[in-house]
Amino acid sequence: MEELFFLQPEVVSALVKGFCVSVKLIVPSAIFGFIIGIIVGALMIYGNAFTKKIVDGYVLIFRGFPLVVQLFIWYFGLPYIGIYLSPFVAAVLGFSLCSGAYQSEYVRGAFLSVKTGQTMAAQALGFSKIKMVFFITLPQAFRRALPGCGNEIIYLIKYSSLAYMITCIELTGEGKIIASDSFRYTETFMVIGAIYLLMTSVTAWLLHRLEYRLQLPGFEQYS
Amino acid sequence: MADKTPILRIENMTKRYGDKEVLKDASLSINKGELKVLIGPSGGGKSTFLQCINFLVKPDRGRLWLDGREIIRARKKEIYGYRQKVGMIFQDFNLFDHLTALRNVRIALVRVKGMNKDEAQDRAIRELDRVGLKSYMHQYPAELSGGQKQRVSIARALAMDPEIMLLDEPTSALDPELISEVLDVIRDVRSDGMTMIMSTHQIGFASEMADEFVFLEDGFIVETGPPEKILYKAQYARTREFCSKITELYGNSF
Repeated sequence: MEELFFLQPEVVSALVKGFCVSVKLIVPSAIFGFIIGIIVGALMIYGNAFTKKIVDGYVLIFRGFPLVVQLFIWYFGLPYIGIYLSPFVAAVLGFSLCSGAYQSEYVRGAFLSVKTGQTMAAQALGFSKIKMVFFITLPQAFRRALPGCGNEIIYLIKYSSLAYMITCIELTGEGKIIASDSFRYTETFMVIGAIYLLMTSVTAWLLHRLEYRLQLPGFEQYS
Repeated sequence: MADKTPILRIENMTKRYGDKEVLKDASLSINKGELKVLIGPSGGGKSTFLQCINFLVKPDRGRLWLDGREIIRARKKEIYGYRQKVGMIFQDFNLFDHLTALRNVRIALVRVKGMNKDEAQDRAIRELDRVGLKSYMHQYPAELSGGQKQRVSIARALAMDPEIMLLDEPTSALDPELISEVLDVIRDVRSDGMTMIMSTHQIGFASEMADEFVFLEDGFIVETGPPEKILYKAQYARTREFCSKITELYGNSF
């Protein structure tokens, strides 16, 4: 019975609060990350020499620096040049930019998988480069990028736990507080882990639904 | 059928990949309503020549006039406009895989020509009807046979109201049984007076339809002339050798 005592109302409400903060961090980060990924991925393939250098540099830096270090820079570093971000904004910024760097490589791979005949046919019809990407190659690449991009979103759900390092108290942060108050580390983090598992499972299911909805003859997903 | 205004004129087009010149000083002039057929061995530069004509491949040198107006390659907008007037048919069809037959034909009308959707839809249906595929308009490319795909790609090109069409071995990727349905459509378009430059190995069909044969080898236009002359009384030994082989293989048309 003593174990049930652990689920007292304050604990539950703290976990719920943390869960909500986590969701608020994850959803915009995933969306911004994906948008950045598409833009950067497209520029890697279709950009000119100058834009290619810029996006290559972006990916090099944001994939290369540990995410915690990036978060520290956004939250503790920027004030040195007079920019103050709230923990939440700093976390979303850090996650989006990091996620975008990873996403861009999945998107780039997907663009590469579009046959050159597709771009030739579009150009032969008088499409400008931007219209060609938007109407011809992106809709095809998008479908092929989804499994990889979904993978990155799942990963983002878990690395969102780093936000508590810059005092944005989300699920893991709340968990840490509960655990150190109650000295029930194992139970607390088992519960936290289960909640993350639930979030990733639901996301994976949603992504599969999306893949299924976007399925076309010639673009089948073998699952 | 053919009047005497050169609709397209190409002068000294040259393309090199590394050290290899795949197209050497190719010049060609075609009048409205004419059909010129490029023949020659594979790798002889036929595809490169056709792709240079609408700048899908950037020629290293050479000038080009459409309707007497020179097309300047550096001006991107001009190229986009020019390509709308030059229909291209590819050997492997290159239909947009994510769009139905109808939307394949419609997309450039809406996104490139800026036509409104209903008008474009009507036009697309008419063009699909013309190639006999109206009932297939909601099929995706993956659900069509090779011959049907090529007919959709012809409808897609025709919907743009091109002044000239370039056909790059339009039947080479097809099963023998499917070739004739595509040739029938090409014959149809031709009899409506479309100006065309076509590369093909279908020598029988070509000699029946063409105003002129252009024999290309090693990127070089060896010889040009009416089909009978090129096939049977060619000036150069190399042309004769190629033509005797190809008539033996694909049948005698005369």
